Amino acid sequence: MTGTGRLIRLILRRDRVVLPLWVVLLGLVPAGYVASFEGLFPTEAERIDYAQASAGNAGFVTLYGPLHGSSLGELVAWRAGFQPVLVALCALLMVVRHTRTDEEAGRTELIGAAAVGRHAQLAAALITTCAASVLLGAVVTAAMLGQGLPAAGSLAFGAEMALAGCVFAGVGAVTAQLTSSARGARTIALIVLAAAYVLRVGGDVSALGDGSLAWLSRLSPIGWVQHLFPYGVNDWWPALLALAVTVVTTGVAGLLLTRRDFGGGLLPARLGPASAPAGLGTPLGLAWRLHRGLLLGWVVGFALLGLVFGGVGGSVLDIASENSGLGEIFARLGGSEALVDSYFAGIAGIVGLIAACYAVQATLRLRDEEQTGHAEATLSTAVSRYAWAGAHLFFSLLGPAVVLAVEGVAVALAYPQGDFGEILGGTLVQLPAVWVLAALAVVAFGLLPRLSAVAWAPPALCLLILLVGQTLQLDQWLLDISPFTHTPKLPGGDLSPTPLITLTVVAAALTAVGILGVRRRNIPD
Amino acid sequence: MTEAIDATGLVKRFGKVTALDGLDLHVRTGEVHGFLGPNGAGKTTTIRILLGLSRHNGGTVSLLGGDPWSEATELHKRLAYVPGDVTLWPALTGGEVIDLLGRLRGGLDTTRKAELLERFQLDPRKKGRTYSKGNRQKVALIAALASDVELLILDEPTSGLDPLMEEVFREVVLEEKKRGDRTVLLSSHILAEVEVLCDRLTIIREGRTVETGTLADMRHLTRTTIQAELAGPPDGLATLAGVHDFQLDHDRVRFDVDTDALEPALRKLVAVGVKSLVSQPPSLEELFLRQYQKDERR
Ligand SMILES: Nc1ncnc2c1ncn2[C@@H]1O[C@H](COP(=O)(O)OP(=O)(O)O)[C@@H](O)[C@H]1O
Ligand SMILES: [Mg+2]
Repeated sequence: MTGTGRLIRLILRRDRVVLPLWVVLLGLVPAGYVASFEGLFPTEAERIDYAQASAGNAGFVTLYGPLHGSSLGELVAWRAGFQPVLVALCALLMVVRHTRTDEEAGRTELIGAAAVGRHAQLAAALITTCAASVLLGAVVTAAMLGQGLPAAGSLAFGAEMALAGCVFAGVGAVTAQLTSSARGARTIALIVLAAAYVLRVGGDVSALGDGSLAWLSRLSPIGWVQHLFPYGVNDWWPALLALAVTVVTTGVAGLLLTRRDFGGGLLPARLGPASAPAGLGTPLGLAWRLHRGLLLGWVVGFALLGLVFGGVGGSVLDIASENSGLGEIFARLGGSEALVDSYFAGIAGIVGLIAACYAVQATLRLRDEEQTGHAEATLSTAVSRYAWAGAHLFFSLLGPAVVLAVEGVAVALAYPQGDFGEILGGTLVQLPAVWVLAALAVVAFGLLPRLSAVAWAPPALCLLILLVGQTLQLDQWLLDISPFTHTPKLPGGDLSPTPLITLTVVAAALTAVGILGVRRRNIPD
Repeated sequence: MTEAIDATGLVKRFGKVTALDGLDLHVRTGEVHGFLGPNGAGKTTTIRILLGLSRHNGGTVSLLGGDPWSEATELHKRLAYVPGDVTLWPALTGGEVIDLLGRLRGGLDTTRKAELLERFQLDPRKKGRTYSKGNRQKVALIAALASDVELLILDEPTSGLDPLMEEVFREVVLEEKKRGDRTVLLSSHILAEVEVLCDRLTIIREGRTVETGTLADMRHLTRTTIQAELAGPPDGLATLAGVHDFQLDHDRVRFDVDTDALEPALRKLVAVGVKSLVSQPPSLEELFLRQYQKDERR
């Protein structure tokens, strides 16, 4: 372990931007929930109403976990229920980055030559990641105490976040020993995290019904940390369990490290086919291989998103139709029908914007291909630049259509009371706006290749307009900058074809400009 | 068509940097042509222009009788290229990449692929991300060599190969040369490789062609090293025009001599009486060195 201290300093220097960012950002988010719950539901009675409606809603339980109380603290802790997953994600990525990624890139060898113990790197990665998680927990606790919430609950709330980070730091440490590639290590760790989440959801949703599978969430580390129930029972047994698992995984990772070769993994590197399948021989076939993983990931993500949004739709209706104060307010706003419509139209806009992020990401694969030298290899064969760019754009323009359709269908399935066509249509009409943002990415890639990352500015701007546009009552011309402003609001609104056609034409023109840029410039640039 | 590559006065600027400054490169059909220059001389830049990946700012260039920029797609069916720094798609296996590149070029000889895999000792089932630099280089080489094309453009193809594999590479290129219908442009800064393989060569430096021709053509630039054991004192040899770095140790002499001063120097040796003699032909290293010294003096 000699040299651990030096390596810790090295990690802190390399992560001096990212590390404070996730610790502070994730640490302060719950404080925002306190303010928003106080604003939305200032009285005890309103909170009880809201809690009752939410506790039984499968969509909310899926996203945030079970809710057993209605105090301000309990509501905030429950609303932050997805956050342990995010903390766990940051932690496992950080551990893998500072162990297997370095080893794969050969940086460990450099360090290894400089009088450093065999376990030093693993120890340094684990110590910094766990310390960061604990610090994050401390930020949460301090912020909650600052808002005047009870001490014991605030401590448990902080511990929930800290432990999620520590457990998955340990998971990352183990998977980093298993495979020889960082990508493989990350994938296995992410599967463990996804499994933990799914077990948690399965158990908690089952508890809403007959509870026959409620025990599932007791198998999940995410379930454990949530079952601390801050501000409620403040139960500490799951904390001990999480702590024990952290210690065990750390030990196992250390043991595995001594059992394997440097640079190798315990699992053999998987071999693939010695020759290409029939489909891999055209630009489109190649693009399919390069895009299918991304597409599949987004399809799964959008399906889950749709199920959650659809599931929550039921409770929007419940809240609206219940004979409570809230119900009356909603009724005044246009009745439950209009409320549900505007809810679905609203989420369709959000989902469209997320799909645009996928479109931009897929378009920028072109730039990845260029920077890695793969474009040079491809274009030195009988593949024209049009065919090369076109094959990638096929996926960045049609991929969003697929994921939006999947999301629309998932919403409709999870909200069977709704009109299938209207819900699916509301999602699909986002497509032309999505294409405009994808086309802007093509323009960036074609004309400003070195600044391709500016392709992320339009979605960011649209998000900003979506988030604050209504609240700040911005001028219409500012709102009009976002193509999503022009998209018909369905269900409920008019389905007018003019904006859809205009947006599609704009997107086509921009794409053409971008592709001409690609044809004319040096590759690689 | 006798010239596979015909580039005259090529100019390429990257912003303020002038990478090529009037470069000439003429490669005849059917020859193996060495393209020599130190790092940063402009070899890769030239090759990218030949492949229609970059557009030149001045001069004229034709490749296999066509315009490499506007007719790129058609021309690329007739050539194969191995980049200097081969990167593979991380999720594709080596075998998949070989097939893919071959098919994208318009066809691949599978028997030849199998033979080359054997000779280069490459496991085609590994994923791209797990290959070493040398093995990535092999993947690209096999993909190029197994394609039935007229022109091979190889940018520093042996960087990363171990000596054994360099030897295999040399054999394979010599076989290609024997076939006689393939043109090879071989860029390199490894001179020994070019010496063995190439019919003619072009030496470039700082974006300009400094010398072109056969190895024999360039002999005038070079000196032969002579070591001899003599019967008597070599009077007057040291001061003979064209003799350099003269060293005498008892009855042994060692000196360099310009190619055009070789004959008078040898006459002198014979006149004194020679017991043993070793002469070393000029290596390309020296040729390079001398070329640069000449440039520096200019
Ligand atoms: N894209 C580029 N932008 C700016 N300068 C470049 C670029 N590509 C090459 N150069 C410069 O052009 C010169 C020639 O480079 P290159 O052709 O790669 O040399 P070689 O292949 O002979 O080592 C170098 O000085 C290099 O820095
Ligand atoms: Mg080069």
